[in-house]
Amino acid sequence: MDIKHQKKIDKTVTSLRKKDVTGGKVVTESWEPNLEYAWDNGPAISRYLAELKKGKLIGKRCNKCDRVLLPPRMFCEICWRPTDEWVYVEDTGTVNTFCISHVDWKAGRLNIKGGVRPFTPAVIEIDGASKGMGILHMIDKTNPKNIKMGMRVKAVWKPAEKREGSITDIEYFKPIGKKK
Amino acid sequence: MGYRKVAVVGAGITKFARYAQETVSELSYEATKMALDSCEMNLSQIDCVSVGTAPDAFDGIHMNGEAMAEGSGGWCKPVMRNYVGGGTGVMSAIHGWQHVASGMFDTCLVVAEEKMSSAFPHPAGAFLTIFDHTTEQPLMPTLLWIFAIEMQRFMATHGYDKKDIARVAVKNKGNALNHPSAQLGAEITVEDVLNSEIMAYPVNRLDVSPTSDGAVALVLAAEHVARRVTEKPVWIDGVGHALDSAYWCTRDLYYPDYVEVAARKAYEMAGIKEPHKEIHIAEPYDPFTYKELHHLEGLQLAPRGGSVKMLMDGHFDRDGNLPTCPSGGLLGVGNPIAAAGLMKVAEIFWQLRGEAGKRQVPGQPKCGLAQAWGDLMQVGTVVVMRA
Amino acid sequence: MALIERLQNRPDATYWPGKIPMTYIYTAGRAGEAFFKKLRDSGKFIGARCEDCDLTYFPPRIFCECCFNRIEGNWVNVKNRGVVHTLTICHETYDDKPKETPSIVAFIRFEDTDGGMFHRLGDVDYEDCYIGMPVEAVLKPKTQRKGGILDIKHFRPL
Ligand SMILES: [Zn+2]
Ligand SMILES: [Zn+2]
Repeated sequence: MDIKHQKKIDKTVTSLRKKDVTGGKVVTESWEPNLEYAWDNGPAISRYLAELKKGKLIGKRCNKCDRVLLPPRMFCEICWRPTDEWVYVEDTGTVNTFCISHVDWKAGRLNIKGGVRPFTPAVIEIDGASKGMGILHMIDKTNPKNIKMGMRVKAVWKPAEKREGSITDIEYFKPIGKKK
Repeated sequence: MGYRKVAVVGAGITKFARYAQETVSELSYEATKMALDSCEMNLSQIDCVSVGTAPDAFDGIHMNGEAMAEGSGGWCKPVMRNYVGGGTGVMSAIHGWQHVASGMFDTCLVVAEEKMSSAFPHPAGAFLTIFDHTTEQPLMPTLLWIFAIEMQRFMATHGYDKKDIARVAVKNKGNALNHPSAQLGAEITVEDVLNSEIMAYPVNRLDVSPTSDGAVALVLAAEHVARRVTEKPVWIDGVGHALDSAYWCTRDLYYPDYVEVAARKAYEMAGIKEPHKEIHIAEPYDPFTYKELHHLEGLQLAPRGGSVKMLMDGHFDRDGNLPTCPSGGLLGVGNPIAAAGLMKVAEIFWQLRGEAGKRQVPGQPKCGLAQAWGDLMQVGTVVVMRA
Repeated sequence: MALIERLQNRPDATYWPGKIPMTYIYTAGRAGEAFFKKLRDSGKFIGARCEDCDLTYFPPRIFCECCFNRIEGNWVNVKNRGVVHTLTICHETYDDKPKETPSIVAFIRFEDTDGGMFHRLGDVDYEDCYIGMPVEAVLKPKTQRKGGILDIKHFRPL
């Protein structure tokens, strides 16, 4: 790529600053789509949510590969066949991996210096489900510095009357002692 | 099998910018026009168009493939869109290859575009709905989380140190200084990376590629056309792609199995037995620093647990044994999602032709690889090219 | 292969409500910038000319989609009047709610161009509209024009 080519590339794009776009320096049109959805949960997740409301976690077994799948699903994606029986699993587990997030879903910064606790989402392998069968949830009420991979955790549930059949019926997971 | 030989005969690229004034169609036009001009071809010689663009939620245009079609030279031609998240750019090249290799078309324009700057409050928000709507989205996850979570698992499994991984940013942003499209070329140090803002531990600001607007285009041609058009065709000798389960929490994130599957398919097609010896130059997908190493291991270009040592030994430097991301990668050139992947294929094209200017790796490389990754930590797309 | 279990009771079929919480700001692009600035500042329309193909694009573009030549800057003036190519009357809003006053929308072609524009018709009853009807643009007063398609209030019969 010679200098001539380099200059050509420079001319391909008119680079703006954010304030040019938001401040009306260039012609713009804005749109606030109201994209609201009602996503069907399907039979497996409907049951999962109903059990969460009761303060329980439920998975489903595939008798061919002998895995307990969590969250439950109606078919095994590996064996490509319908799953078999429903299986209750524990509300304890092991931290497979985690991170300490200083940003929210829209890349907005949390006021960490102002004392806001970072989010500590984790993949948690739930006891009673097959090895490696993790779910995404939050660890909380513990110093992020103390969170370790392999750490044992337990679900902290909302009070029964406040549960609504949602993954957030588990408020967060908290550290517990070693597995017996 | 009876595939026809397919060559890349031309390439074009726009500048990558955080906020471009150009529309989706105009960005596509700039890249496509440059690609056609580079091989002195015109639209009447093009049989079909393969376009790639990532979620419509970035551009805010439903059916963004259609919005970019005419800028991609698609007027009254067969135009086909593919979409596999971040893997889209390299998938577009594979998709184009399929059209020509199959014998259906003699020539194909491959165009990838992304305009992320239309999305507010931040393009990151467009990722919210890639997570399971019922079991994950209520936790308000961001894509950064799963990168950080994956990086942590990768580091823990192999005992890697964050400060060593930071050298990927130093290398790629340095390489990007010589790329005319680059948004974030810079001379930085490992300390700069470690001292940059914490996004989601272990990921710091400088471990992450930026959001960008931009487009890239390639011209593909069957052998009989390619030989007429150019003296330096670059052959696409192997392609592979694979998609893993969407239950990302079920996989051991330390290793990208799907990248290995994709790479093995591409190697088999290209007759490659020992990739680490036969591949001279690689553009692994690097939206985050650790991702480059993660993918090099999946691509069998570094042993599992051995990529950091190779990085530290200078193996992956522009003058090393296996230069990786000589373009500057997503970390340095920028990350207009689909376009960034195709930028990697274009870089291998320029490098194998000896046309990469100041970025040219020494030793006349003859065989190169470009790879992208995407969807919900689950897709690998690989092409192997030879001069 | 059918799934073994199905939901038998309607209340068991649950759904999860949610939204894609995004907003967008679109730039008009290079051709769009030229078009809308001209409309905003002088109340006039421009198109773009490809001499090779003998085509006048309206609204303008930076390239010719047929020959792929760059036509950026080949702007030509286009009259603010056109002809109704086809039309309809719309009783519902874009999100499926009844409209208090139905609106007439038309695809309008412009003299000496190969393009056209989709817009509203005004100052006229639907019964009096017809395909082939000559119309002219009614612009907002200059002080209210922002650079956008709504700088044109509507088109009315000539
Ligand atoms: Zn199974
Ligand atoms: Zn033309």
